[in-house]
Amino acid sequence: MSKQINVALIGNPNTGKTSVFNALTGLNQKVGNYPGITVEKKEGICKLPRGVKAHIIDLPGTYSLNASSLDENVVIELLLNKNDKDFPDIAVVISDVENLKRNLLLFTQIKDLEIPTILVINMADRMNYKGISLDIDYLEEHLKTKIALISTRKNQGIENLKNLIANYKDISVTPCLNASEIDKDYFDNLRKAFPNQLLYKLWLVITQDVNFGKTERNEIDAVSNFKTKSKSDLKRLQQKETIKRYQFINDVLKIGQVIDVSQAKDLRTKLDRVLTHKVWGYFIFFIILLTIFQAIYDWSSVPMDFIDSAFASLSEWTKNQLPSGAFTSLLAEGIIPGLGGIVIFIPQIAFLFLFISVLEESGYMSRVVFLMDRVMRRFGLSGKSVVPLISGTACAIPAIMATRNIESWKERLITILVTPFTTCSARLPVYLIIIALVIPEGRIFGLGYQALTLMLLYLIGFGTAIISAYILNKILKIRSKTFFVIEMPNYKLPLFKNVALTVVEKTKSFVFGAGKIILAISIILWFLASYGPGEQFNDAENIVKTAYASENLTEEDLQQKIASHKLEHSFIGITGRAIEPAIRPLGYDWKIGIAIVSSFAAREVFVGTLATIYSVGSDEEETIKNRMAGEVNPILGGPLFTFASGISLLLFYAFAMQCMSTLAIVKRETNSWKWPTLQLVIMSGFAYIVALIAFQFLK
Amino acid sequence: MQDTIAHLKRGEKGIIVDVSSIHIPLKLLEMGCLPGNSVELVQLAPFQDPMYLNINGTHLAIRKETATHILIEKITHE
Repeated sequence: MSKQINVALIGNPNTGKTSVFNALTGLNQKVGNYPGITVEKKEGICKLPRGVKAHIIDLPGTYSLNASSLDENVVIELLLNKNDKDFPDIAVVISDVENLKRNLLLFTQIKDLEIPTILVINMADRMNYKGISLDIDYLEEHLKTKIALISTRKNQGIENLKNLIANYKDISVTPCLNASEIDKDYFDNLRKAFPNQLLYKLWLVITQDVNFGKTERNEIDAVSNFKTKSKSDLKRLQQKETIKRYQFINDVLKIGQVIDVSQAKDLRTKLDRVLTHKVWGYFIFFIILLTIFQAIYDWSSVPMDFIDSAFASLSEWTKNQLPSGAFTSLLAEGIIPGLGGIVIFIPQIAFLFLFISVLEESGYMSRVVFLMDRVMRRFGLSGKSVVPLISGTACAIPAIMATRNIESWKERLITILVTPFTTCSARLPVYLIIIALVIPEGRIFGLGYQALTLMLLYLIGFGTAIISAYILNKILKIRSKTFFVIEMPNYKLPLFKNVALTVVEKTKSFVFGAGKIILAISIILWFLASYGPGEQFNDAENIVKTAYASENLTEEDLQQKIASHKLEHSFIGITGRAIEPAIRPLGYDWKIGIAIVSSFAAREVFVGTLATIYSVGSDEEETIKNRMAGEVNPILGGPLFTFASGISLLLFYAFAMQCMSTLAIVKRETNSWKWPTLQLVIMSGFAYIVALIAFQFLK
Repeated sequence: MQDTIAHLKRGEKGIIVDVSSIHIPLKLLEMGCLPGNSVELVQLAPFQDPMYLNINGTHLAIRKETATHILIEKITHE
């Protein structure tokens, strides 16, 4: 078997790097994490000519090898570590034809590491449109590389790129320029102190931000006969290096690239005039948001209803078809309702990720960041906080990871802390089912009460996030740099393939990630609800029969009484009733209490838990909603889910911190237990108080 | 007084003269904000902040605070 070639895709953000990755690997890819950190690792397999296979890694986008974030650092760590199993045999630098000059900076840095490097010039189909012409032979000669002109949009040039990768051994490893000229003495000393090391590699290790590149720094500090420079001197040298590289690039492009500006057609200017306009810009943004929420509520309700009733029938069918016994009831009452609680999210999650990825792919998200920066700064946030706050409506976990490009630590921390207030998709099923139960169906001004309530809950989420940010901004005493740089990329029509892959990938990882937890919890819950200690549980039939002997109950009513008596004295009933005093003032019974406790693992467990608890012992085919509507309040009588207890529950879920995965991510991203602990205590405490007040006022 | 990017009005252009201030992040230089390059103010958000610039073909936005550290010479149209 022939050896796999390790290929690393590297490039600036917005160059279509991911499109190239998708074009090379198709569905042959997997997304994971780099060990120990939450940076997404995308890798895939590509078949090259002559039966050779390439293992391709899509590295995070970066403008240079001087890392300023965790994501960018992954690129440097890999390129500096020859022993890494993913260390590339060949680097493929993706550039886009309109920003060639800027993209080449990174290219010349990688060449200095003496790794064979191919230059891909993407979006070549836009050359005529922009009046650009390139002298490829000249560029190949002076950049000492092979160039692949491709267009992922038109699917051109991919085969040529594969050929170049297969023949990676023919590619020169000579650097383009001599960066050590920026300070001859310093680099001479460096060479003497470490004679066996690659000079540019040493320089990168020395200048990496101490927070990230810890690996080999110690070695350099340990050598006493080499004196490094002060931080500000090093920064000055980095500036000189950047200027020198640009001089080289300018010289090459002066001959290798001709741009006829008169040929250029400019869609960007026209669109920007409207989309970043002081009034229209905000108006359009608002309309887009409104459309998204409307779409999620309307479009996904049909498949969701279908899934809900399909799982109810499946559960019923299983019960009737399989021989009765512990296994059948575990399946029909534990696992199937539990799974239903996961699958029911798929439509909404998919729609959310669809919209978010279209907004990002098209380049519109950067305009929103631009428009919102000033407003957000008033609340201690950054314009870049808009992205986490919007994607927080899908899930707080990727949202919190998306805060990494916020330069100021204080702004970033505040964003991380308030993001869980935004209404994530896991709250949606809870909201939907409770709204359906307690909010009437009427309409006002053509808008349904139920849709309005949902809209209001989203607004409460955003509002609380913004207000807490404002308070945190006043309380937190952190001084940090306030840099803010964001590229405003060209507008692009999103590629269907990219969007589709993102939606499939994210939905899949959500379903399987959350699915495991939900499945485990529903099995545990089923056990706890189906077994119990002592006579009260095991002898339930006799006890109930004796108690109701005087009354003339029908067989059906009697069975019902026995089932609920059993449930009350099962393990789960005993636990639930132990915590009932704490939640009774909020208008909940012990079953809701169990659902709340179990949904501390993940909010979406709530519906699944109630589904499991209610289906244990019930014979009829019922949707979750109908079962809940039938519940009776044990103390007050009447239906359990009234307007008061429903609102109280909605508010509790709006504010409470009920997601272990989010807490774990916050821990990792802030590198301390302090912040997630504060989040848990403050958010849940606040939720309890608000829910208490709401119920006491409304009942 | 020396002009900075913060002095530009919408549609005005300048040539970058000096970027040695410690308040300018390296990332900005890497994106092409270097002496000799041209800069055009494309758009301003409300309250003149942030500023949407075209620096030598690269479009980016920075805050006004950073812009005040980037020295330029205005190109005046006669």
